[in-house]
Formats: sequence, structure tokens, C-alpha cells
Amino acid sequence: MRRLTQLTSALGLFAVAALAYAGGPLEGVTEKQATNWHAIVMFCLFVAMTMGITYWAASRTKSTADFYTAGGGITGFQNGLAIAGDYMSAATLLGLTAMVYGQGYDGYIYMLAFFAGWPIILFLMAERLRNLGKFTFSDITAYRLDQGKVRTMAAISSLTVVCFYLIAQMVGAGQLIKLLFGLEYNVAIFAVGILMMVYVTFGGMVATTWVQIIKACMLLCGGTLVMFLAFSQFGFSFQALLEKATAVHKLGPKLMHPGSLLADPVTAISLGLGLMFGTAGLPHILMRFFTVTDAKEARKSVLYASGFVAYFFNVIFIMGLCGILIVGQNPEFFEGGEIGKKLIGGGNMVAMHLAKAVGGDMLLGFLAAVAFATILAVVSGLALAGASAISHDLYARVIKKGQASEAAEIRVSKIATICLGFVAIILGILFEKQNIAFMVGLAFGVAAAANFPVLILSMYWKGLTTKGALWGGYGGLISAVLFVLFSKSVWVDVLHNAAPLFPYTQPALFAMPIAFLLAYVVSKSDSSARAKTEIEAFEDQYVRAQTGYGAASASNH
Amino acid sequence: MSSAMYQRMRANPKFQELVARRGRFAWTLAIVVLVMFYGFVMTVAFNPAALGQPVSEGSMLTVGVAAELFMFVFFWALTAVYVKRANTEFDALTQEIVKDAWKENK
Repeated sequence: MRRLTQLTSALGLFAVAALAYAGGPLEGVTEKQATNWHAIVMFCLFVAMTMGITYWAASRTKSTADFYTAGGGITGFQNGLAIAGDYMSAATLLGLTAMVYGQGYDGYIYMLAFFAGWPIILFLMAERLRNLGKFTFSDITAYRLDQGKVRTMAAISSLTVVCFYLIAQMVGAGQLIKLLFGLEYNVAIFAVGILMMVYVTFGGMVATTWVQIIKACMLLCGGTLVMFLAFSQFGFSFQALLEKATAVHKLGPKLMHPGSLLADPVTAISLGLGLMFGTAGLPHILMRFFTVTDAKEARKSVLYASGFVAYFFNVIFIMGLCGILIVGQNPEFFEGGEIGKKLIGGGNMVAMHLAKAVGGDMLLGFLAAVAFATILAVVSGLALAGASAISHDLYARVIKKGQASEAAEIRVSKIATICLGFVAIILGILFEKQNIAFMVGLAFGVAAAANFPVLILSMYWKGLTTKGALWGGYGGLISAVLFVLFSKSVWVDVLHNAAPLFPYTQPALFAMPIAFLLAYVVSKSDSSARAKTEIEAFEDQYVRAQTGYGAASASNH
Repeated sequence: MSSAMYQRMRANPKFQELVARRGRFAWTLAIVVLVMFYGFVMTVAFNPAALGQPVSEGSMLTVGVAAELFMFVFFWALTAVYVKRANTEFDALTQEIVKDAWKENK
């Protein structure tokens, strides 16, 4: 069963953009691998540990605040780890290692683009987010605007982002688990869906956070260990490693030169914008800012998170370079035992093969378990963000107009989680054989064009009115979706038309200005009495954003 | 009630000071990051050859790798600087503003 065909980049499905942004083809469907007992045992250990935590968390999850934000009682360090966990998916480990292995320096450029958004989020958003928000980011956009309309819009765009992201994660999970664990695709999908439902329904944000923290630690340790063992073969000398790598790599001395990935300036800038501001508009990342006590801890979270992310990206860079020699020169890892042919399991398996080469089956099993845990944790975070958009925004604020009891709201969010779980399972099965590379790009595009502009304007611009926010939000949402639909990745690759209607693959550079412009023009031309009160209400909101006075505080535990 | 508190805080000159100082600091750092990052992206797009040069004769370390490594460390150092100053100096000022507003309340 070692024969694995056509996995060009099936693992990149859940690339938190990495491969999706690279535009790699994702038509591959993996073949089942022999059952990997090391990986299954280690994964079961992870599940047992997290189930224990969920049991403990369930006893602490009573109020809505506990459910959505762990009562605001997470420390900056814990939250930093959890954010890093949310941000570093299995694709970061597998996709980016593979990118360095294949493209050399280009992979490193990508990693910087992933990282550079974090300082900006800290400087311009973190404290205002924490000071104004309570459970979801629409608490901020709806702060002084029409609750019903603005929350409905925010919930729609949040759920859009969550659904696209969930499809990418679920299909990726199924393919990866089939490959690494030797389980059936449908079994894998059900396992992920049901475990996620258990974590979120019983343990809420407390359990989701701890799953995220444990997984982040496993990922950091696993990556570091593989890097350490691999790099030691070159005496920890970057010079020696590069001399050997450039000598054998097909790119030769060009290995350390920027290649073709970002050659076109429009794509490069659009990608940079999409990654930077998409991150700042992802509902499951924004939600993490409400789990800490105050703005002070929120800032610390970003400091720790960005430290872990920056460290891990550099580890991956070294892993990828070591892979060129340790994996790329070992016939054992190639189909038919011939160097230069296709890697067994496809291009994304470099990190896994590297683990096997330097640490044997044990380390391979550990890294496979880490990859599974990673998917599970990211899916749980997404489900929680989606469920809170439904229960907190739509049910409690729009339908019940703030009159819902806490118990009813929690019940609705648990039902929403279970529904989302089944939706994820069904979508995962439906999309098994689809080319879904564009899904993650779409999720980031919608986040950057629909969520981010309205969010940042509501915090920074006094003149924003309900009408402007709605036009900006819906305008950004629709244009991001249309740009992706008409781009090569959907119009040509999925719908099989001859030529794309929109020449670029990255929507951010075009959809973001549309959202900002619509929000600005419509707000400016809005002369209703309601708009006037909304503009006046900015003053109080501004003081709260700056001082944190009146901000949601930690509940008592 | 809280609207009156916000009114008093806004009128406090310390509030204006906080907003001006923190705003200036945050925007300066943000602009440094944005200029460096997009400058780097532009170099990748328009002059990629420059990034492929070795930092010194015979070294395998290229200008591009060195510049990126520097940015990883430097950007993170900037976040550390911001967190340090915001969590001490600016938070202390914030607390004073809230305290002042409470005092006037009595």
C-alpha cells in the first residue's frame, strides 16, 4: 500500500493560504495508506487528554461568557499560545516545508507575509478590540449602529468565512488522515466532526482554548525536534547546509533567489494585503481577543503569539532546506525508488518523510498525530466562532432583541455547534473529489474585504453610519466572492471555462477599496437623523476604546 | 451615568495627551513595519537579483535571507517595545484618567 498517486497538493487544501495562495493545483485525491499504529496511539493519547480537559471545562462552563470567551479568564501567555495554535495549521507545517523544499527562498518570503500582519494587529487593533468587544467582533461594529442590521450582516459574512474555511479544513483532514493513518475518508471526516462537536458543545471556549494550547505545544516541540535532529547532520552550520543543498537542488544557485511565485507586483501586493488584513478579519482569530482579562493581556497575547509564529517559521525554513538533502537524496522516499521522481504521498509529505528519516517511525507517528490534532483544533475554533455568530448575534440580538435568557442563548449556541458539525461533515463528504484550492483564498478574501473594512472604520472613523457599514460590508462580501469566482482558480480550474474573466487570483487589492469606498461614500451622503445620532455616539465609544472604561470584564472564577 | 463619565474623561487634558502620545507611537511603529514589509515586497517584484547576492564573498548567506531574518526579529522586537510601553506608561495614564473622572463624580 505504499503506492500513492496523485497527491499533487491535496494537503494544501487546508493551507491557511499557503498553497491556495501559491495557486497550486489541488485536484489530487489520496489513496489509503497502511494503518499507522504509532500515529493512532499517539493521537488517541491526545484525544484522551483533551477529553479530560473538556470534562473539567464543562463544569466551568455555565454562563454565556464562559461559553464564548472562557469567562475572559485566559492569561496573555495562554492566549498567545492559543492564537499561535489557531494560526499555525497543519498546512503551515506540511505546505510551507514543502514550499521551501521545492522553491527554496520563495517559501521564506511567504512566511514573512504570514507574519507581518501581527505587529499591525497589535499596534492598530488589539486594545480597541478588547476594550469594545464582548463575545464577537460584531459587538464592535454594532456598538453605535443599528444592532439588527449590522449584526445580521456581520453574522452572514462570519458564517461565509467559517463555511469556506471549514470545507477546506474538512476535506484536507480527510485526505491527510487517509494518508497518514490509513483510515477511510468518511471515517476520518466523521471522527473530526464528532470530536469537534464534543469539545465545543461541552467545553465551550475553555476546552477549545486548551485543545489549541496543547496542540500548539505539540507542534512547536515536534517541529523543533525534527529541525534539531536534521540540522545536527550538518553540524548546525547554515553555510554547510546551503552549500550542499544548492549543489544538489534542481534550482542550483537560484535556490536562494526570489523565484516566480511573486514575480508580478499586483499579485505580490494583493497577496500581502490579503494575508495581512484577512488575518485581522477572521472571526475565530478576532474572538480570541475577548478571552483575556483586559487590553494589557490582549497586547501580551499578540507578543507571545507573534514570537511563537516567527520562531516556528524559521524552524520550518531550516526543515525545508534539510529536507532537500535528507529526503531529496534518499531513494527510499521516491516512487519506484528513483531520486527525482514523485515523492511518496505527494509533495506535501516532505516534513513527514524528514521526521521518519531522522527519528524513525516514532517521530513520524508523533508528527502525524500533531497534524491531526492541529486540524481538530482549528476546526473547533471555527465552529465556535460560527456558533457564536448564530446564537449571540442572530438569535439573542436580532431575533430576540436582547431579551433572550442566558440559558436559552447557550442552548442555541450548542444546537448551532451540532448543526455546524453536521454541515461540516456533509460538506466534507460532498467536496471530497472537488478542487477546492480557492476556498481558503476565498475565506481570507471575504475576511479582508467584508469584515476588516467595516471593523476598522467603526473603530477609527467617526462618520461611519449604519447605511455606510451595510453597503461597505455587503459590497466587500459580494465583490470578494465575485472576484474569486471569475478568477482562474474557479472560472477555469473548476468551471472549465477557457479564460478567466478576472486576470488576478488575489481579490484583496480590488475588493478592499470597493468596500472602503462604498462605506465612505454612502456614510457621507447619509443625512438621516439616525446617522446624526450614530456619529454623535462615536465620542463615547472613542473614550471607551482608548481607556477601556466600561469594557466587558472577566467573570469571577 | 457612564456617558457622564465619558464626558469628564474626554474633557481631561490627560486624555488628549494619552490619545496623542499612544496614537503617535502606534502609527510610527505601524508605518515602519508597513514601509519595510512593502518595500521588501517591491524589491521581490522589481529587483529580485539584489536579494540573491551573498552578504560577503564566499558566504552562502544571501542579502534576502539576512534581510528577512532581520525583519522577523525586528518586527517582533517592535511588538515587545510597544507592549512594554503600552502596559506601563500608557496604562498608568489611563488609570489616572479613570480615577480623575471618579473623583469628580463624588
